[in-house]
Amino acid sequence: MTEPAHAELARVVRDHAGRLAASLVHMIGDFSAAEDLVQDAIEAALTHWPVEGIPQRPDAWLYTVARRRGLDVLRRESRHRTKLALVPWPTEPEPDDRLRLIFTCCHPALPRTAQIALTLRVVCGLTTGQIAKAFLVPETTVAQRITRAKRKISDAGIPYRIPAPDELASRLSEVLAVVYLLFNEGYLSSGGEQPQSHDLVDDAEFLASLLHNLMPTEPEAAGLLALIRLHRARAAARFDADGGIVQLQNQDRSRWDRPAIAGATQLIARAAAFKRPGPYQLQAAVVACHAEAGRWEDTDWTQILVLYDMLLRLAPSPVTRLHRAVALRYVAGPAAALTEVDTLSDVLDDYHLFHATRAELLRDLGHAEQARNADQRALSLTANPAERSLLQHRLDWT
Amino acid sequence: MKYVLMFVDTEQFAADLAAMSEPDRERAYARVQQWFADNHDKVTHHSHLMPADAATTVRLKGGPPLVTDGPFVEGKEVVSGYAEIDVADLDEALRLTQSWPGCPVVEDRPIAS
Repeated sequence: MTEPAHAELARVVRDHAGRLAASLVHMIGDFSAAEDLVQDAIEAALTHWPVEGIPQRPDAWLYTVARRRGLDVLRRESRHRTKLALVPWPTEPEPDDRLRLIFTCCHPALPRTAQIALTLRVVCGLTTGQIAKAFLVPETTVAQRITRAKRKISDAGIPYRIPAPDELASRLSEVLAVVYLLFNEGYLSSGGEQPQSHDLVDDAEFLASLLHNLMPTEPEAAGLLALIRLHRARAAARFDADGGIVQLQNQDRSRWDRPAIAGATQLIARAAAFKRPGPYQLQAAVVACHAEAGRWEDTDWTQILVLYDMLLRLAPSPVTRLHRAVALRYVAGPAAALTEVDTLSDVLDDYHLFHATRAELLRDLGHAEQARNADQRALSLTANPAERSLLQHRLDWT
Repeated sequence: MKYVLMFVDTEQFAADLAAMSEPDRERAYARVQQWFADNHDKVTHHSHLMPADAATTVRLKGGPPLVTDGPFVEGKEVVSGYAEIDVADLDEALRLTQSWPGCPVVEDRPIAS
């Protein structure tokens, strides 16, 4: 199948798998059994659709297969018989049902790897094989994670519902963390060399958008969606023709998707009106500062510094302090930034970007030899080919 | 669904408790008593255990039973008590657990039906 057809197939599956899963759990009352039926239906779709074409009503097609498989299961297992017999097919679930699905998949009693695998399978309709390929782990590992997670859901009594209002904030941040991780995984592993078999960034944007639509009064969901869209809007300029990383200051800004940037910026503004700032809104606002600058020289570094200070108050982290130091370089100069960076040497000594940042500051200050040493150290700490080639280039030419 | 909450003491917690003044320690115990009173409709039964050095472990794997002094696993964290609760689901069990005013670690384990 051609690439666009693949993407179309993934999109259609994603649009319908979660709805199907939600209504089956609702009707059967058994998460694990419903999930198996959905997986069967998706496997069937991935076999038939590339050959026969995507049906006019993909949802009805999937329901029909799930129903047939469901009746097969019935013959073997009596415990769902009465419930399944009452199911009217096909049926439209309430939109909220998918939200319950997400909260169950991302329950804090499940390990992170299982939260990710379950969410991709149940909400986005990925197969176990597709998840394994995206995360470069054996298919049996993913299958075990899913099996264990489903057993835990039933044995430990993990509920299928939206958390109570007083729990919602912490549970939502757990869900957003899963989506953010998916986005990072997809974004960082994307390079020029080979297209991913499944675009995790698509899944992450889909999930963030779903969360934003279902929880329109949660500004952090909007913030995460804006953050993802702002990164995607500039993706075309991230790599050169050879697959090498192009640093922000050297990117061809005419290749940025201006309408997408404007849309994401509006999203941030609407979220800000709730006056409940959070880490995703602030990170999105930082990226927006970069995205809205027509030229590198126009970047509003003072504003970025303010945003990082707010972010550090909400979510202190050495990596965020490193980012803040980069902004500080353009507000207060490289010497001030280097002093700040050097305070992080204990905690970030194994982080390649700590040394790469030091190298840039040392070079600005005319310490060529120390800069080379820092670049060498950075090079020894990263395996990412695009990052390695950038550092190697710097060592060869400076 | 029924769960057992296993209350786990740490060395630090035991030391902190021992270092408290008598009135402070009484207040700490009173908070635990209050928790049981507040949740009496969900807690089906509960017990506080004697310290781990009062434990005796018997191993029955092959040969004659082996009786040794102390808990089955030596560690900085020891089970100091338990409560059985009857609640709707894990979220309700976790909500209850998060309000526990005693020892710093609690394991929630469902009872096999």
